[in-house]
Amino acid sequence: MPTITVDGNEIEVEAGLTVLQACEMAGAEIPRFCYHERLSIAGNCRMCLVELEKSAKPIASCAMPVAEGMVVHTNTPTVKKAREGVMEFLLINHPLDCPICDQGGECDLQDQAMAYGVDSSRYDENKRAVEEKYMGPLIKTIMTRCIHCTRCVRFSTEVAGVEEIGAIGRGEDMEITTYLEQAVNSELSGNVIDLCPVGALTSKPYAFSARPWELRKTESVDVMDAVGSAIRVDSRGREVMRVLPRLHEDVNEEWISDKARFACDGLNRQRLDRPYIRVDGKLKPASWDEAFNLITSKISAVGGEKIAAITGDQVCLESMKALKDLWSALESPHLDCRQDGTPLGGGRGTYLFNSTIAAANQTDAVLLVGANPRWEAPVLNARIRKAYLDRLIPIGAVGPQTDLTYPHEVFGAGAQTLEQIANGQHTFAEKLKAAERPMLILGQGALAGPDGKAAITLAARIADTNGMLREDWNGFNVLHTAASRVGGLDLGFIPADGGRDTKQILSGCRSGDIELVYLLGADDLPEAGDKADVFGEAFVVYQGSHGDSGAHFADVILPGAAYTEKHGLWVNTEGRVQEAKAASFPPGEAREDWKIIRALSSAIGKPLDYNTLAELRASLFDAHPHLAAIDDISPGDISSIRALGEQSVGQLSGDPFALPIKDYYLTNPIARASETMAECSALFAQRQSDGKVTGTHG
Amino acid sequence: MSARRLAKEQPTEFSFSAENLEIAKQQIAKYPEGRQASAVIPLLWIAQRQGDGWLSEPAMRCVADMLGMAYIRVYEIATFYTMFNLSPVGKHLVQVCTTTPCWLRGSDDVVNACKKHIHEKPHTVSEDGTFSWMEVECLGACVNAPMVQVGDDFFEDLDGPKMEALLSDLRAGKNPEPGPQNERHSSEPMGGATTLLDKEIYAAQGEN
Repeated sequence: MPTITVDGNEIEVEAGLTVLQACEMAGAEIPRFCYHERLSIAGNCRMCLVELEKSAKPIASCAMPVAEGMVVHTNTPTVKKAREGVMEFLLINHPLDCPICDQGGECDLQDQAMAYGVDSSRYDENKRAVEEKYMGPLIKTIMTRCIHCTRCVRFSTEVAGVEEIGAIGRGEDMEITTYLEQAVNSELSGNVIDLCPVGALTSKPYAFSARPWELRKTESVDVMDAVGSAIRVDSRGREVMRVLPRLHEDVNEEWISDKARFACDGLNRQRLDRPYIRVDGKLKPASWDEAFNLITSKISAVGGEKIAAITGDQVCLESMKALKDLWSALESPHLDCRQDGTPLGGGRGTYLFNSTIAAANQTDAVLLVGANPRWEAPVLNARIRKAYLDRLIPIGAVGPQTDLTYPHEVFGAGAQTLEQIANGQHTFAEKLKAAERPMLILGQGALAGPDGKAAITLAARIADTNGMLREDWNGFNVLHTAASRVGGLDLGFIPADGGRDTKQILSGCRSGDIELVYLLGADDLPEAGDKADVFGEAFVVYQGSHGDSGAHFADVILPGAAYTEKHGLWVNTEGRVQEAKAASFPPGEAREDWKIIRALSSAIGKPLDYNTLAELRASLFDAHPHLAAIDDISPGDISSIRALGEQSVGQLSGDPFALPIKDYYLTNPIARASETMAECSALFAQRQSDGKVTGTHG
Repeated sequence: MSARRLAKEQPTEFSFSAENLEIAKQQIAKYPEGRQASAVIPLLWIAQRQGDGWLSEPAMRCVADMLGMAYIRVYEIATFYTMFNLSPVGKHLVQVCTTTPCWLRGSDDVVNACKKHIHEKPHTVSEDGTFSWMEVECLGACVNAPMVQVGDDFFEDLDGPKMEALLSDLRAGKNPEPGPQNERHSSEPMGGATTLLDKEIYAAQGEN
């Protein structure tokens, strides 16, 4: 451990750190543009110059490893002069357009020019001007502002895994661009906006819409996928203006997916802002009382045996808890939180991402089963890519061929291949056995099909027989796509004894066994078509935030709140309980979802025994103590996975696994209501039909 | 030097000729497995030679595909190195050195000859397609300044009239002798060597 002296303070630091990191540890602030702790070192902005004794010139601290006995000064006149000089050079070609720049107020260059620059310019030549580059519907470019830090180039190459952004030309004529100005084809592309230290890359949908100091910032959690990325919701008045990532080392580091970032315009569109009742085949606006009276009369007419509830993908714990309590008060066993029809449930270990997301960095072999993590959890995919880049780990997949941003071998399409691996007849089993921290990632694609039950059993068996189930390492991982799923399973929002699951509820509707269905934000049912095809004659109540497919089936619509409009708890795919705070209010007459169910319970005459969110949560934590530990994971039990693996598999249908996400940008009601996501989807569809990059085609 | 851009008009496709493919493979074989990208500059150079002296966009993609590189990485390299021409050049590409020694020795006259006989603007193919010209930085033949490079050959010790003569010879399809154009040998003084003429010093060396 080398000892170095920073501004007179002697500190001992780990070998291999850079001088910049050591200075930070010693409490000295070092300005920087190109250096970023999660990217490779470029050393090209020169802003981090410090004085090193016995060195003739100032050194770039970001690129200099620490050595024993170094004496570093960060506050001498030489350093001040060096910083002023670098800043002057950076500003030579930087336009003075801060008043019209979207980065204004949160710009590294602006801040550091204030702190380390000089207050006047000696430059009176013409400034360089650079043409704008097209980078797709998400990233707006004003390339004259670019200071060539190359963070975006390094991010797309290293983290996102799409080598599409580069620097062409040289010297003063260097320009950042994508190849022939094509849109960046990555689900993480929006992060270059945060990385850009100046206003060269800014958010296109957010352009000219707000200033950072007029936004109210609310810490929240993303529900676009089951990763539960930490986000910050910036709102002005009732409107959510933008979503930014928050640092969470164990979940999303500091990245978020494009859907998490850009789907927020969907929060203002297609909203259900008042109750509706279907009269003569048409939905007519109604009052809350009318809606509740109609539901009450239906429920009391049919009784508990003939009513069913299905919850959707973005529902918070509180509303599921309320609905479950209401359903048990009504003595109905028919309820399901798995609207995609997967056979998950039972022991907590059998449906969690047990290794934890952060452990994906340490894994040394990965088997993907019916999963496309690039679309289902882009942030997790970046971690797997990092593990691959660090150690060139073997990665195998069972399921369709996908582009995952790292090399992987596809062994087969369906459960038969899984059976071979489980029986040890497959060569990949040896690689899993040889690995110390192997991960099996079981996607919803494998579970939703006819072989779903067999797939999870075989996966558990593979985990058991290949040393994945140990006290110090649990490599059995279910990758969820729905933010609410683990929470629903934790609550036991699955059919009670004699109850029907989603598919049986739907078939029961058509056969007349079920006469009322309560859809709590359920918009992605396994069956599509007209109401009569899916629900037969059953009476459909839809509670949710958006006029999406669920609302089209509905006989009564109860307008609920989206994830940014309520205090709510979610449990992510690894079992981490996370809290989202309300950033704004539901529109019009819409209400927080648990309140709607609480009010309905009174109307029905079976009032739930909580009147406030605090009471509801107390009741929730009472029934499920592990949910009280916010931001903690209560680990899944290994024994339940073992027991699952010992079950018999039965006859396989042999159908190939089908991935659950057909279009990354349109997976939930909010994203489907978003114009930005629609634009991305259209671009993506066009790219699919083109097949490949077509020359000069932009 | 201004920002270098791809030419607007591009051929639809590019593939190496059988002969060039062989040379390309030899170049790739120089590097260990997994380090094929190191051969990118030689391959681009071969592609430029095959493509009439300029590098087209399909050629960059062809090279990228051969080496398993992202297109943007090859594009970066092709735009970085000024020896890769990104737009069509004449049959003879005249590169006029205008760095200080050549400029002091009259490279302005050489440039004017190019402007007169090729085109007013650099990087522009002459009407008959024979020539294009460009200014370049030092080509390392300062002892014979001013000089130009035409194709692979240096023509040195030029002045305005000599340059005009050189261009008209080339236009007429003649093969002018490369090297000094003022009849001196290599970079010896005009009229021959003036020192170290005693043959004995070389004889003594020969004995050792």
